[in-house]
Amino acid sequence: MSQKLEEENPAEETGQEKQDTQEKEGILPERAEEAKLKAKYPSLGQKPGGSDFLMKRLQKGQKYFDSGDYNMAKAKMKNKQLPSAGPDKNLVTGDHIPTPQDLPQRKSSLLTSKLAG
Amino acid sequence: TADIISTVEFNYSGDLLATGDKGGRVVIFQREQENKIRPHSRGEYNVYSTFQSHEPEFDYLKSLEIEEKINKIRWLPQQNAAHFLLSTNDKTIKLWKISERDKRAEGYNLKDEDGRLRDPFRITALRVPILKPMDLMVEASPRRIFANAHTYHINSISVNSDHETYLSADDLRINLWHLEITDRSFNIVDIKPANMEELTEVITAAEFHPHQCNVLVYSSSKGTIRLCDMRSSALCDRHSKFFEEPEDPSSRSFFSEIISSISDVKFSHSGRYMMTRDYLSVKVWDLNMESRPVETHQVHEYLRSKLCSLYENDCIFDKFECCWNGSDSAVMTGSYNNFFRMFDRSTRRDVTLEASRESSKPRASLKPRKVCAGGKRKKDEISVDSLDFNKKILHTAWHPVDNVIAVAATNNLYIFQDKAN
Repeated sequence: MSQKLEEENPAEETGQEKQDTQEKEGILPERAEEAKLKAKYPSLGQKPGGSDFLMKRLQKGQKYFDSGDYNMAKAKMKNKQLPSAGPDKNLVTGDHIPTPQDLPQRKSSLLTSKLAG
Repeated sequence: TADIISTVEFNYSGDLLATGDKGGRVVIFQREQENKIRPHSRGEYNVYSTFQSHEPEFDYLKSLEIEEKINKIRWLPQQNAAHFLLSTNDKTIKLWKISERDKRAEGYNLKDEDGRLRDPFRITALRVPILKPMDLMVEASPRRIFANAHTYHINSISVNSDHETYLSADDLRINLWHLEITDRSFNIVDIKPANMEELTEVITAAEFHPHQCNVLVYSSSKGTIRLCDMRSSALCDRHSKFFEEPEDPSSRSFFSEIISSISDVKFSHSGRYMMTRDYLSVKVWDLNMESRPVETHQVHEYLRSKLCSLYENDCIFDKFECCWNGSDSAVMTGSYNNFFRMFDRSTRRDVTLEASRESSKPRASLKPRKVCAGGKRKKDEISVDSLDFNKKILHTAWHPVDNVIAVAATNNLYIFQDKAN
């Protein structure tokens, strides 16, 4: 009986040792951080690189605008500067077409591509 | 946010310091000369010229706005009384001439002093206009516009030692220009794959050798540097030298490639070495040895245990620059919390300093700072967790001769001088 236990124990101990080694690896700061990140985003791919990631990087910071809307807004504002601008000002509400200056700067969220992995 | 400084550069003599900002403006400072009236002001930098270099533009075809932010400024060597610099945003490079006007002609025949044209029939005598002194006026005028040569965002420009050509680099291509010719440029490096799905790395920085006009280097997002010789072929896709530090495979992690990405590459003044900046360190390479750097300086190694959060807040992608001092004996680079680091290569000593109003009074010495990585924090030390990651020093510059440095901390420019001066 005790022999059996002894036989069983080494296997458990090996398992325990394995866990110890893994914890030791976790002490390596970079690996610990990687484990943290993978715990938060389980669907994260193995490699952070890859063409999707890089292509997102190539487009980082790009702001989109609609040239049609922009030019129409410019034209409308020009017309509004004619003498009868006063009372018409109220009409701007609900009439407003976004211009590049008004668009909030869209921060390119890499988070999407990280999850897509 | 338009005031955020995006580039800082001394000219060849160090008398002028140019800054570019997010709003497309360039501000040039000039060093005060020896002055008997105000002896203490010698060496101070004061505003010399301010101008709008780039405006926001729209690419109608792709419905994109092109930012006016100045990515880089590079001075041309001075050849006459005027000063010339190249400034670039994501898509367009401009050559600016900055000239002084301190004389005005008076006594014209055909017009009055206030500019009104005189009636020619009333003119009875001829006079010779004379030059009279006037208050100094500094004018900036765009002399060349180099446009439409880059599909991707320009990250670097570099003037060649031949003083006739310069390169501009974007994420995938490097172009060679002649300073006089704006309607044509030669593509010398192209790493765009035929199929974009095969894209594995991008160009992060490029520079010409300071003396050999045929040599250039470019760094990549995978931590490698390629040296190219323009004499070997017209298209420099095949490098002459390939610099990469061998990686320890057992220490590889998810972050390895990201933190190895090189954000800046700079040749030493001697031309014998080059320095690269990756996320956590500065490396000095001997051009004669491709296998590994000759020096590695840790900038903020304590961040290695914060990589997870730095990835989440995108700080891990911050692009720090680095620079050499005039004699190549020291290097400098920025960090977070408005800290910047200087490494003395000969004594192997390094120091952490802070660029902030609270910690620096005019004419007072800077106090070295220390970051506490863990465990017991000593008095005056700052713990890693209280570092402000929004206060990044990405851009620094060192005077080409003297111990004067310029440090850009978000929208503020700090100029520090050695007391010995």
